[in-house]
Amino acid sequence: MIFVTIGTQEPFDRLIKTVDEFAPELNGMPIVAQVFNSTYKARNMKTFDFLTPKEFEDYFQQASLIISHAGMGTIISALTIAKPIVIVPRQVKYHEHRNDHQMATAKRFEALGYVNVVYEEQHLKAKVLEMLQTNGQAKHTIGNVASNNLIDSIRAFISS
Amino acid sequence: MKVLAIASIGGHWIQLLRLKPAFNNVNLEFVSTNECCAAMVPEHTFYAVPDSNRSNKIDVLKSFWNISKLLVKTRPDAIITTGAAPGLMGIIAGKMLGIKTIWIDSIANIDELSMSGKIAMKFADRVYTQWPHLANTKVLYSGSVL
Repeated sequence: MIFVTIGTQEPFDRLIKTVDEFAPELNGMPIVAQVFNSTYKARNMKTFDFLTPKEFEDYFQQASLIISHAGMGTIISALTIAKPIVIVPRQVKYHEHRNDHQMATAKRFEALGYVNVVYEEQHLKAKVLEMLQTNGQAKHTIGNVASNNLIDSIRAFISS
Repeated sequence: MKVLAIASIGGHWIQLLRLKPAFNNVNLEFVSTNECCAAMVPEHTFYAVPDSNRSNKIDVLKSFWNISKLLVKTRPDAIITTGAAPGLMGIIAGKMLGIKTIWIDSIANIDELSMSGKIAMKFADRVYTQWPHLANTKVLYSGSVL
């Protein structure tokens, strides 16, 4: 199963429409998408406007591949449980966000070698097929908590 | 010692939960913008507040009022937040009530501190960025949530 998520802030029709259109070409691979108020009506995948954290986690765990906007919640979740992920950043030029911080996130995490990134939707299908065919693994994993430096610094400041 | 940890649902909330080990020896309570977040912190007291967006002034005022009431009711010794708007209201209200306040700017802010983070700098006792190149005399870098 492929799990698609666009967060809980605003719609992302460009991503949902793109995945829905190539969904029938994935050899029957089912797709579940959390679509939050998207106006595009998907025909080839199961969609939810909102998922509780528990439902989200269940789909996330079951998925063999995550397709997502460049939201930190999703990226951190994928890195934590070693889930292969491809991100498509929201872009101001398509009116998908107030600023281009998702572009900055995508570029930085791509440069770190942590995630796969597709900037323009016409390249997404090829990337997804490649990852499915090569049974792609997560590019990077992280632990369950913040870095020791940050935790120690906060703890010291709280008790000071 | 009681600490109130505030974050909007989504990436802010996920980042906040990764800081939990910093509070092993204190009474930690959580605040978020959706009741369903409570299920992720079953061993802690949880409060939901309405979400607000910095661009809607009425919402911001309501949010400030809600958070202020919550602070008076819960009386924390310190407030920590990873954003966004409700967390900023917590920082401002907390400062006015003499509570120690910590702002952690989201790791999503790579090119510059978030607008909320820049406002938080005027009120918070400590502001962290999660990127070394954004640190300066007023903004601390000491690792990240990763």
